[in-house]
This record gives sequence, structure tokens and C-alpha cells, in this order.
Amino acid sequence: MQARSRLMRQRVRAAWLFLAPMLVVLAAVAGWPLLRTIYFSFTDTSLADLEAGRWIGFANYFSVLSMPSGRVLYDGLLVDPAWWRAVWNTVRFAVISVTCETVLGMIVALVLNAEFPGRGFVRAAVLIPWAIPTIVSAKMWQWMLNDQFGIINDVLLSLGLIGTKIAWTASGDTAMVAVLIVDIWKTTPFMALLILAALQMLPREIYEVARIDGVSPWRVSWKVTLPLIRPALMVAVVFRGLDALRIFDLIYVLTPNNAHTKSISVFARENLFEFDKFAYGSAASTLLFLILALLTMFVLWLGRVRLDRDY
Amino acid sequence: MKFFHALLAFAVAAVLAGSPARAVDLSIVSGDTGNGLKVLRDILDQYEKKSGNKVTIIPMPTSTTDQFGQYRLWLAAHNSDIDVYQTDVIWAPQLASQLVDLTAATKDVVAAHFPSIIQSQTVDGKLVALPIFTDAPALYYRKDLLDKYGAKLPGSWSELAATAKLVMDKEREAGHKDIWGFVFQGNAYEGLTCDALEWVMSNGGGQIVEPDGTVSINNPQAAAALDMAKGWVGTIAPPGVLAYQEEESRGVWQTGNAVFMRNWPYAYSLGESEGSPIKGKFDVTTLPPGSGEGARSAATLGGWNLAVSKYSKNPEASIELVKWVASPEMQKYRALKASYLPTIQALYDDADIAREQPVIPRWKDVFLNAVPRPSNEAKVRYNEVSNAFWTAVHKTLSGEGTAADNLADLEVTLTKLKGAAW
Repeated sequence: MQARSRLMRQRVRAAWLFLAPMLVVLAAVAGWPLLRTIYFSFTDTSLADLEAGRWIGFANYFSVLSMPSGRVLYDGLLVDPAWWRAVWNTVRFAVISVTCETVLGMIVALVLNAEFPGRGFVRAAVLIPWAIPTIVSAKMWQWMLNDQFGIINDVLLSLGLIGTKIAWTASGDTAMVAVLIVDIWKTTPFMALLILAALQMLPREIYEVARIDGVSPWRVSWKVTLPLIRPALMVAVVFRGLDALRIFDLIYVLTPNNAHTKSISVFARENLFEFDKFAYGSAASTLLFLILALLTMFVLWLGRVRLDRDY
Repeated sequence: MKFFHALLAFAVAAVLAGSPARAVDLSIVSGDTGNGLKVLRDILDQYEKKSGNKVTIIPMPTSTTDQFGQYRLWLAAHNSDIDVYQTDVIWAPQLASQLVDLTAATKDVVAAHFPSIIQSQTVDGKLVALPIFTDAPALYYRKDLLDKYGAKLPGSWSELAATAKLVMDKEREAGHKDIWGFVFQGNAYEGLTCDALEWVMSNGGGQIVEPDGTVSINNPQAAAALDMAKGWVGTIAPPGVLAYQEEESRGVWQTGNAVFMRNWPYAYSLGESEGSPIKGKFDVTTLPPGSGEGARSAATLGGWNLAVSKYSKNPEASIELVKWVASPEMQKYRALKASYLPTIQALYDDADIAREQPVIPRWKDVFLNAVPRPSNEAKVRYNEVSNAFWTAVHKTLSGEGTAADNLADLEVTLTKLKGAAW
């Protein structure tokens, strides 16, 4: 008994020793900046002098000002319409893009799962949009979507689908559509890849049994394929969802400063670096972090509940 | 150990003392448009030859808004990799605390510059940046097309709209399908603040925040000016103008697809360059006045300066570099090569410039009457003021809410921003 516990202790010690470098690095590159950002969000720090900030409590988030005239004013992030607009833009972007990417990714994965000559080549080719750096693809699409010289307008015009050239990235109605088009184009391959990996793991016997029993292909995909790949699909959707909620680069390059597409990250950057509101931007970043953390916890909890029930 | 340190210190001192005027590596950031970077490189090559120092240009995106965010970040991080920043005329009050005071080092040269520009770069008695060129926008127009249809130069914004429409319609009938009447900078960024300030100011609507600090933007004349501009979008200006910055509008203009363009002087020499489809077919004039009380021609004062970072490891060499680029010889070179407006008064009477770039001497009056943006009034909050203004304008132009409503909202935002005092 005594010896075994000593062995355990030794193992635990060794485990910590091996984990230590990673924990130190994580604390330095993720923990410290995070704590500092949270700290800044409770001060009135300005970028001109990061050390000069004073502690002001929750004022960046919410504060009540009573005017001498008796009027009561509310201030702070939680009552800032620009913030809520950014939240709405971000959520809308995340929901639409992830839904479209999942459906399209599924279709692409099912096609790629079929046996056909040149499959390896097509699989590699499909990944290209995902491999291109976002800045490059955003700039490329910006030119393609340009209202005067853009190829998209040119093609649509020659096909007779539109009467006049559309200013894709300029007008409020189409700016979000443009962002969505580019994001879906770029990230569908990622979804397709994850789903394809799940499809390849499925045992062939089930399909053979289904064929022998004469189950229609539609019922097979609905009752057999989908439930079997659901865990992998959930993981893919969660990853993409969290990724989409912190969208920055694509929107920043494609439609900078457009209030219709400004996401939470773009809003935070604007306050952090462009305006003299470093602390306010820190507060926005902190809230974004909280949203992502809560969602992640929720998803993990959801996964555990399901896990307990299913297996 | 102590002995070793002493030895090391001695060795370093010996090396330092032995080397004659040590050559240093400097770096300069610039986000210039058109062929501005090429001309800057030429100027720096001449400096390298003279001084033996090496200067690297770090190119930046052309949007001033993007540049500012990056510079602010570098300065906050006490970045010593960048020695010299090319700064916009509006940044001085916002960056002053992190730039070297050039007052003493430039005592001998500042008198040659226009006092108003030097004033704009002076914060609390400190000269934080030395001007290298100034900017005031022009109305570019297609001489050939106006002559073809017997149209006169517009004397007001409404005449401009009428002429633009006339020429555009006739040209389209003649088979030139892609032509538009007028292009400007309608994207939501600092450039829209410049354009819209001109519309408002020329219509007698004030300058957003007046020199005494009052927020003046919510007035009927300003609203009328924005309504007028709203009327252009989709009629004489392409709908995409709401996403145009300088280079996008120049793209439409220089391919021969616009009758009028509002742009800075740099577009002149590019339009006249070899291979340009509009070479010899265009000219420039002042922007037209609006209507109503106090209407006048207004041009937003632009311009760029060089500032030395407080965190530079070679401040002396950097100041020397700044003085070189801002010198009369180099400003003349820049004027001749790229039609940039000098900040040295005497150069407007220079015979070579008058011959090679006749547009420049004509520009002196435009720029002497130019309207500054309220950067000195709003101080560190200028960017937020400008952002609120261009957002209100962009909303109006894209048809979200009326000009009057948007300006009323803007007044509330700006008054709140101002607080007790700017």
C-alpha cells in the first residue's frame, strides 16, 4: 500500500514536471494578456501611457450619471447601441455562415466520399480556398466584387441576372451578403474535411446490411449516416461557431468601418487603437471572452449530458 | 568578473571612439498613395548617398485610419524598430506625447514653411512633426467632354450635378456605357470626413466643431449639403462610390469613366503620365461653392509630415533624415516628379515647378483658404469625432435616415463626447 502510493506520488510529480513548460508558456502567452485585458477594462487607461490608468470599477460596462437637473443618464458598454449592433452583426454572421457551411460541407463530403477516378486530386483541390490566407482571399474577393471592374458584376450582367452593377461591399443591404459569400467559400472546405473524416470511419457492414434489407438510400442517409457522424459533426459545428464569433480579419479587410458588418472584434479594435478609449475596448474584448467562455462551457456540458445518455 | 566587465567596457569604448561617424540603419513608415512611395525611395537614395546611413521604407496601407491604428499600437509598445513616422496633418495632438520635440533642431528651417502648417503640427509649444507636403483637393474635370457638349465649368454644386448628368447621359447615348458624372471618396473612413466637410463648409454649414469648441454640425445648411450629396449617389455617381477611397475613384477616373472627380493633387501627374487614357484631356479647378448664406468654395486641408519616434535608437540621425526629406530641394523634387504641393512658400514662385507642373502655383490660393478638420479642437478625441461624423454621412448617403435626423443624432454624440470640455 505504502509503496504503491509512493509510486503514485512519483508519477504525479513527473506528470507535473512534464506539464510545467506547457503551462508556463500558456500562462505567458494566453493567461497574462487575458488577465491584463480584464484588468484594463476596470480602469481608465489610455494607449498613450499604459501605466497611468486609474481603477474606475464597472464604469466601462455600466454607470449611472445623475445630472444636477435631475435627469439620470446611463453610460457604458451595456447601453451602447454601437456595441449591441456589433453583437447582433456577429451573431447573425455566425449563425448564417455556420449553417450554410455545414449544409454545403456535408454535400461536398458526401460527393468526395463516393468512389470516382481522380478523387485524391479533387480532395486536395477542394481545400485550396481554406489554405489561402484570409487577408489574401479577402483582397481577392474585394477586387472580384468591385462594382466597376469586378468580374462578378461582369458575369452577372452578361448573363442578364442583374440590370445594373451592384456595389457589393458598399451598400448596407449587400455588405453582409458579400462577407458571408467569402466566408462560406473559404470555410466550407474545412467543414467538408471534418465531415469526410467522419464518413470514412463508418463501418461498411451497416450499409451492406441496409442494402440487403432493401432500405431506401434516403432512409439510409437519414437513419444511419447522420446519427453515426453526429458526434463529429457537433465538434465541427462548435469549432466553426466559436471561430465565427470572433471574426475579424475578413470583415476588417473587405468592409472596413461599415456599420452593417462591424463585428465585436472589429468594434473592440476600433476602440482600443483608433479611439482614445483603450479601457473601453478592453471591456469589449473582455465581454467577447466571457461570451465565448460561457458558450464553450455550455457546449461541453451539452456534450456530457448527451454522452451519458447515449453510451 | 569585475575585471572582465571593465575589459568589455573598455573594448566597446575603443570601438566606438575608433569608428568615424558611425553609419546607422533607419526605418521610415509611409502609406503614401499613387507613386508616392517610389518618389520617397528616390529621395531616400539621395540621402543614403550623402550621409552613408541606410534607410528602409516600411510600406503601410493607404487608408489613414488603418495607419493610425498601427502607429498608435507601435508607439504604445515603445517600438524602437521604427524611427520616423509619416504622419497625417490631423494626428499631431493625438500622438504628441510619443514624438520627439523638433522645435530646437528645426529652428533654422521652419520659417520657410507656411506658418499655418507649422502651427497645425505644434502642440503645447512643441513642434512634433515637420511638413513634407501639403494637400488640398481639386475638382478634376474632362476638358474634352465639357467642350464636346458645350458645357461650362460649374459655378456651384448644383451646376456640377446638372453638367455631370448632361454629359453622362449624352456620352451613354453615344455608346460609352460605363461613364459616370462624378466620383469622390464615399467609403466610411477619414476621407469621407474630408469630402463631407467640404460639402458642409461650402454650403455655409460650419466645420463640425468650431474653433471655440462648440458643436455646430446640426444646422439646416449642413443637412441641405448632405441631402445634395445623397442625390448624387446612383444618379451621377456610381452606387459603389460608397466604398471608394482615393485610389478607387482614381481608378474610375483614369480609365476615362468619369466626367468629374474630387481628389488630391497626386492624381494630376498620374493622369498625365505615359499610357494614361486621359492624358491631355483633363484639367483641374477649385471645388465649387454651395448655396445659401456663407457659401464659399471649401477644400479640406490635408498634408503629411515626418515625425521622429521618442523610442528611436538614433534620434539625431532621424532628425537629420526628417530635415533632409522636408528640405526645399527635396520638396521641389517631389513636386516635379509627382505634383505634390510643397509646404515651402518660395517654391510656389519657382520657375521649374511653374514650367513642369503648372498646376502647383495655381494651387497656392486654394490651399491658403483650405479648411482644417477640427483636430486641434477635439484633441485626443478627434478620431472618434471624425468616425461619428463619417458614420452619420455614410448613413445619409446610403439612405438610412434623413440628413436632418442623422445630424441631430450626431450632435448628441459629439456633445456627449465633448463633455465639459474637449
